Amino acid sequence: MPSPRYTRDIPARYRLDAARCSACGHVALPRRTICSGCRSQDMEPVRLTRRGTVVTSTVIHVPPDEFTTEAPYAMAIIETPEGARLMAQVVDCQAEEVVPGMELSLEFRRIRREGHGGILCYGHKGVPVRRHEA
Amino acid sequence: MAGIIGYGAYIPRNRIRTDEIAQQWGREPASIRAGLLLEEKSVPGLDEDTITISVAAARDALARADVDPSRVGALYIGSESHPYAVKPSGTVVAEALGVGPEYHTADFEFACKAGTEAMFVALGLVESGRVEYALGIGADTSQGAPGDALEYSASAGGAAFLFGRENPVADVLDAVSYTSDTADFWRREGEYYPRHGGRFTGEPAYFKHVLGAARLILERTGIPPADFRHAVFHMPNGKFPLSVGAQLGFRRDQLETGWVVPTMGNTYSGSSPTGLAAILDEASPDDLILITSFGSGAGSDAFVLRATERLPEVRDRAPTVRAMLDGSRRYLSYGEYAKYREKIRMNS
Amino acid sequence: MRDVAIVGAGMTRFGELWDASLRDLFVEAALAGLGSAGADRVDSIYVGNMAAGQFVGQEHLGPLMADHLGMHGVPAVRIESACASGGAALRMGFLDIASGQSDLVLVAGVEKMTDGADVTNVLATASDQETEVYHGITFPGLYAMIARLRMERGTTTEEDLHWIAVKNHRHGAMNPKAQFRREISVDDVARSTMVAEPLRMLHCSPVSDGAAAVLLAPLDQARRYTDRPVRIAGSGMATSTIALADRPDPADLDVVRLSAERAYAMAGMSPERVQLAEVHDCFTVAEVCCLEALHLANGSEASQAARTGYSALGGRVPVNTSGGLKSKGHPVGATGVAQVIELFDQLRGEAGERQVPDAHVGLAQNMGGSGASSVVHILERV
Repeated sequence: MPSPRYTRDIPARYRLDAARCSACGHVALPRRTICSGCRSQDMEPVRLTRRGTVVTSTVIHVPPDEFTTEAPYAMAIIETPEGARLMAQVVDCQAEEVVPGMELSLEFRRIRREGHGGILCYGHKGVPVRRHEA
Repeated sequence: MAGIIGYGAYIPRNRIRTDEIAQQWGREPASIRAGLLLEEKSVPGLDEDTITISVAAARDALARADVDPSRVGALYIGSESHPYAVKPSGTVVAEALGVGPEYHTADFEFACKAGTEAMFVALGLVESGRVEYALGIGADTSQGAPGDALEYSASAGGAAFLFGRENPVADVLDAVSYTSDTADFWRREGEYYPRHGGRFTGEPAYFKHVLGAARLILERTGIPPADFRHAVFHMPNGKFPLSVGAQLGFRRDQLETGWVVPTMGNTYSGSSPTGLAAILDEASPDDLILITSFGSGAGSDAFVLRATERLPEVRDRAPTVRAMLDGSRRYLSYGEYAKYREKIRMNS
Repeated sequence: MRDVAIVGAGMTRFGELWDASLRDLFVEAALAGLGSAGADRVDSIYVGNMAAGQFVGQEHLGPLMADHLGMHGVPAVRIESACASGGAALRMGFLDIASGQSDLVLVAGVEKMTDGADVTNVLATASDQETEVYHGITFPGLYAMIARLRMERGTTTEEDLHWIAVKNHRHGAMNPKAQFRREISVDDVARSTMVAEPLRMLHCSPVSDGAAAVLLAPLDQARRYTDRPVRIAGSGMATSTIALADRPDPADLDVVRLSAERAYAMAGMSPERVQLAEVHDCFTVAEVCCLEALHLANGSEASQAARTGYSALGGRVPVNTSGGLKSKGHPVGATGVAQVIELFDQLRGEAGERQVPDAHVGLAQNMGGSGASSVVHILERV
């Protein structure tokens, strides 16, 4: 993840800054110029709520090299209340617990790092909501 | 008068028990537990560091204050485990919070008092009118060498405090610092684990500076220990803060709420700040609160605060320290702990 | 548009071919293809390849391969559409002949995957780097998410998926070019190492080296090269969102349906005419999704097709008689061309023990990414 590319993606990764189509309401993360739903170019900024529901999920047992120490880890497609969908890891739980329909909050975590001396890359991961609902 | 207008804390969900560490090194678990008054400690996940802990705590501070992040004019993070040696933690945290770009930030390091240092400077900037709101954060994923006494205590977590002049949850009545050059604990550039002077870290370091700062602020405010509802002192282990509190004339019940170390461990720069957050979770309006940090090297910061009517109104907007300490946890074996803390040599 | 025929074909064995380089593989397949048609020189070359730049650090495959065939001077270009690169290259060759621009075209797919690159990472570049790969997803992971959704809805069971691997290995055991010429049992699949839940090792196509080449000519010139040409009756391609999360229903491979409908329309054929198919079983669950989307079987029929024998040799529509990607191997850029070679052999009656009796029409479907691109070709005996 070379740092110019990483820096460009900060709004979506750090703040979940997305775009909502004024014409059809479709929400895209990261922002897009053209709505993939209806091709309108009238896209307005929207910041996503930091929670969502699991649409589908898996547990990665054979990871890419950078994720070796984290495996096995759960990943899910998560739908936010705005209707945006994002791919993210789900952590702080048993990976097997992560199934469609599960409610998550999205927390700021380190996603990856470029070897020993490269940049640290952050973003959001899902965490089951149960624990903080005290 | 300036004060704390929002606060938040974060403690990772992984734990390791004192017994598990003691057994690993062939030590007697019961004597370690009794000697240090430590039951277990928090351990950061592989994806958690000072930056992520700071973001989590600061998001809750902003939520309790209900302040637009773009109005935050300064953000300081104190830690001895900033993920980068060169490149600020503060910029990442600010971007995640939506602070900036018109803000001032710096990463502080002063062993375990870097967190209150950040709070001290944030408070000063708000009091001077230089900025409207300022965040002071203390967070750490503390290091302790395997087999060292520090390994039983060095843990992960932190707390964030938003300072402002309107709608405080706690007024800051005074703040002082007490410092000398004392080589009781250090980590040289490029070294992975800190080293310390053993018993030299006690009387000439911790006790001298904590007592110095606390006595100074008690004298300046003219408030006797008996008038405080809560007091918290830096918690390198379970014993020191209770002992220093007693020496100052505080009763055990005044120390209880902020004494989170037995199940949290020593979160270094996050230690006394998280104790303060735990106190704010419980305090009633008009309660007087004393917080005194300690950082090796060495020095202490002390603050006297008075809770306001607003505190109970905003408390429920974020989880409490107690809920995080007693809530969903995962207990690690020493092997998992060694993996999580990256103590195992890997091919990279 | 001119009618286009396949007039020659050749391929390497698929597998871990430690002694062969990227260019060795290409030259071996191309020579076999040229030789089968008695051709020496072509008008243009299309190289199907996904990631030689990452696997072996080599880009610019067009001139490289033309050069190594002793054909420098000939127009040559590499075509990339991830794992559908072979199918996409065939489509370019088809259009080149159909347009009248060229009279003899070499289409060859090639991939060298075992030279030491982190294959999981390289393959993952076919999905969205910024929104998917960044977070640690893998290709098996994406298809596992599709599988879990289908299982959650009750349309497909884990055992249905086991049977697809069993069936394709049974077919592949009869294919001398296949990487795994051995049969496996449902138990073998169920007990294999977990890769991405619910997909296990034996639900996944392997890492392979290999190359496959076909020669294309106008149908009216085909008999110069062979007495048994096979006509490309239809060619269809489609794209979908690159990221799985961006699809309204991630379990629906709309891209396959769209590419198939275009190919059926060009061929003027309905799905009922298809007697055998090579489909993109990169993971077992993909074969189920593809059968459905190709209109070769409906929902529950598609899920159970391998178990019931519907899609096995001797069944209603034998699928992946070559062994599929699962057993034959999946050198990604070569796969789309190799699929068509299986049909070419079948439609010419040269498939040996795997022969589907009286085969007239076959379909090949080649997919890129998690279903972001798909190419379908319909072949017909003439």
